[in-house]
Amino acid sequence: MSAADAMYVIVVGAGKVGYYLTKQLLQEGHEVLVVEKDRKTAEALAEELGDIVMHADGCEVRSMQEAGMGRANVVVAVTGDDEDNLVICQMAKRKFGVPRTIARVNDPKNEALFQELGIDQTVSSTRIIFNLIEQQIEASQIIPLAALKRGEIEVVEADITPDSPAAGLRIGQLELPPNTLIISVIRDDHAIIPHADTKLRPGDSVIAMIKSERERELREIFASRKA
Amino acid sequence: MKVVILGCGRVGSTIASVMCREGHDVTIIDQNPDSFRRLASDFTGTKIVGNGIDEDTLRRAELDKADAFIAVTNGDNRNIMSVQLAKVRFKVPKVVARIYDPIRAAAYAELGIETVCTTCVGAGLIRDKVLGREFSSFEEYLRLGIVNASMEADHERR
Repeated sequence: MSAADAMYVIVVGAGKVGYYLTKQLLQEGHEVLVVEKDRKTAEALAEELGDIVMHADGCEVRSMQEAGMGRANVVVAVTGDDEDNLVICQMAKRKFGVPRTIARVNDPKNEALFQELGIDQTVSSTRIIFNLIEQQIEASQIIPLAALKRGEIEVVEADITPDSPAAGLRIGQLELPPNTLIISVIRDDHAIIPHADTKLRPGDSVIAMIKSERERELREIFASRKA
Repeated sequence: MKVVILGCGRVGSTIASVMCREGHDVTIIDQNPDSFRRLASDFTGTKIVGNGIDEDTLRRAELDKADAFIAVTNGDNRNIMSVQLAKVRFKVPKVVARIYDPIRAAAYAELGIETVCTTCVGAGLIRDKVLGREFSSFEEYLRLGIVNASMEADHERR
């Protein structure tokens, strides 16, 4: 990485997430400062990582000033407490104008709230694991490929099986949910840019862009009847 | 009015007991059921055991029907988060948070959250008492706290 790409990242919370995140960021050549409230944890980490560890309460404005938050490109709050992560990011954003704030969220319900309250990005391992389990259980033929606009829009892949309701239909005949766009049809390893007359065959994969809340409706159109 | 109070410590239990006696409909929330022993014996309001930054707890307290929400737990950040939850999710018209840290209190006041910094108010009142002065203003007390804290920060950076 060139020096120009290197960022100054402040990581608040030196638990397991903060620790491995810091090591990875350092490896990539970024400038990192870890702020940890617990003295013992901070001291132990400083022995390993040197003076990039600061023993302080990351929620205190004074510690934020000392940490040089004003010049941070990214502030990541990964303590075990959602309320601390919220306040760290809000203060970083509003008091120090940090361009990008990322908060770890333990209660998945807080993700939407945090975003409404101005946090740029949230990560909830609870939700990620839950989603993985859900995908397994539902064994659907709809595979999420990417989430855009904070998960509001999804790009998904759906396989057409012989018993899919959509098999044998032209795209124009499908009763797609509103705001759904079929971007491509993958047939025999070739990507086709489809039009209304493109007929779907078993073995095709359909790539679609949809509003996340419509995923279930889309599943009904493509998923096999047996499922 | 229907008022929901988060945190049944010394301050929370006092507000709850007083407002209940004054005829308000009071609900008090605390994580620890033992804390409710601080309430006055004539307290007739609702007691709810739960985590105040969990939407489900606040819904159990019928926060959607409340006229006011007061957050007075020991944690500044907990208070800050719960009042924002009350404003954004439950549209409570009046929310007040107790915040010990003067700078945080000022920062969130700027964001339109009513905060009471008991550190500043306490310090100001005591100063006035010692100097034999009349009560100044809460605004002046808040200023005292902020000046102190930021001066200290400047000093340490040097």
